[in-house]
Amino acid sequence: MNEHIIQIQHLNKTFGSGDGAVHALEEINLDIRQGEIFGIIGLSGAGKSTLVRCMNLLERPTAGKVIVDGQDMTALSEKELRLARRNITMIFQSFNLLMQRTCLKNVCFPMELCGVPADKARRRAAELMELVGLGDKADAYPAQLSGGQKQRVAIARALATDPKVLLCDEATSALDPTTTASILELLKDLNRKLGVTVVVITHQMSVIEEICSRVAILDGGVVAEQGTVEDIFSHPSTDAARRLVYPGGASVQQYGAATHAVRVAFNGGSAYQPLIASLAIECGVKVNILGADTRNIDGKAFGTMLLGLPDDPNDAAKALSYIRSQPDVAAEEVEYHA
Amino acid sequence: MLEIFTAGFWSQYGALLAAGTRDTLIMTLVATVFAYVLGLPLGVALILTQPHGIRPCALLYRVLGWIINVGRSLPFIILMVAIMDFTKLIVGTKIGVLGAIPPLVISAAPFIARMVETSLAEVDAGVVEAAQSMGASTLQIVWKVYLPEAKPSLILGGSISIITILAYTAIAGAIGAGGLGDLAIRYGYQRRVDSMMLVTVIFLIALVQIIQSIFSRVSTRIDKRLK
Repeated sequence: MNEHIIQIQHLNKTFGSGDGAVHALEEINLDIRQGEIFGIIGLSGAGKSTLVRCMNLLERPTAGKVIVDGQDMTALSEKELRLARRNITMIFQSFNLLMQRTCLKNVCFPMELCGVPADKARRRAAELMELVGLGDKADAYPAQLSGGQKQRVAIARALATDPKVLLCDEATSALDPTTTASILELLKDLNRKLGVTVVVITHQMSVIEEICSRVAILDGGVVAEQGTVEDIFSHPSTDAARRLVYPGGASVQQYGAATHAVRVAFNGGSAYQPLIASLAIECGVKVNILGADTRNIDGKAFGTMLLGLPDDPNDAAKALSYIRSQPDVAAEEVEYHA
Repeated sequence: MLEIFTAGFWSQYGALLAAGTRDTLIMTLVATVFAYVLGLPLGVALILTQPHGIRPCALLYRVLGWIINVGRSLPFIILMVAIMDFTKLIVGTKIGVLGAIPPLVISAAPFIARMVETSLAEVDAGVVEAAQSMGASTLQIVWKVYLPEAKPSLILGGSISIITILAYTAIAGAIGAGGLGDLAIRYGYQRRVDSMMLVTVIFLIALVQIIQSIFSRVSTRIDKRLK
């Protein structure tokens, strides 16, 4: 079995032609490993949705190859492509359930499409509803469910054909934070139990941080950066990455042109360190918290803080070296000029 | 006009009115069925071949649209006269209930095609995309997504189509098709039997009300989005 379940090579997608042509994706190269949860993040209009639709060929790439499970999707006939799509299913921001069918019949739908006998499909659908925690909602109609429940039904439906890859297109963007967390937990759980590779498209850094092992940052139709979430998180090296990674998602410019600042990333130190307090007590240096987006995941601190350093260069240097001496904390000096 | 409350009126005209109502219903129902046989596939074809459809085909979409618009721009009474030779060829007569059906079908089919197109266009494009992402064929998307998801809307459209065809049958009555329209013209207008005019109007109003309320009720009952 190939280690890479999805390989994207020199992918380009252009809409329209001539002067009005829009280059949605340019020269994309990505390798997604079997069994991982891979994130693709970018702001609106970065090309994320187009990229994920190129993976199951809902959009046909203008150039380049998309190899899924060893099969070049771009070379398949229409019929072969329909078969291949059972292997790489998708969930959506707006759930896209069939509103006139019960939840159970929704989960049966992909099995109906490939001719699974009705009673066998129903049994399997009931198991899947159980798996996503909605065993009691089999006969309900989608309109009777909450957003989170709808997405669970959509997940059950996407798993009905035992896919190797599950594409999630902004799957949590329409959900509140609590529901988002529970859906992400479910995806993580399914990834672990079933070994299904999950590709997560999102504009929310917190989603990536929560479940992804590796991430690609898409900006203006190109991959600005890719790597492990930890690396990108602690050392964003491109503007696109910084825009996404910085607290508040905004550029530091908003804090003033000459702010001498340091970006501190918590990379899962075993316990949350009261860093700012100890900085003041042990070094006698007071810093300004310009912004923070930190969270506690499984008892480990993750996230970033943007600290404004004192004007005095000695104090600033002292603070910086103190921060850097902490375990599982990375610091990077940032200076922005308007 | 108060004679409509007398037994004499009903013994004189009762049988005529019953036959007229029956003929109107036969023309309406038979023409509706055949008009849907033509119009439903046309409407589906429009949705599939439109620029953002799942089978875009600009040429076919434009040709179908053009034919439908031509069909819709002819007033029914003109169409009926214009195609009389064709009608004779198909059903063997130009008049009566039978002679009214071909022009009714040809006139209503383009209208129904547009109604169907509008109903199917209400189906969420995301749901269609989801079906595509699961490997559904075009035929499966039509049968298992478009038609079932649009069913409540198609049924409401059905009531509009039937009522339109009912109105056409009254026009057809003017040139020898029989039915309530024929009675209204011959007795109510030409012989000035005001009570006949009144009764045919009441019957037509009642038919429309009954058809509309049945279809609205069915559409609401089967729509699972509302529960």
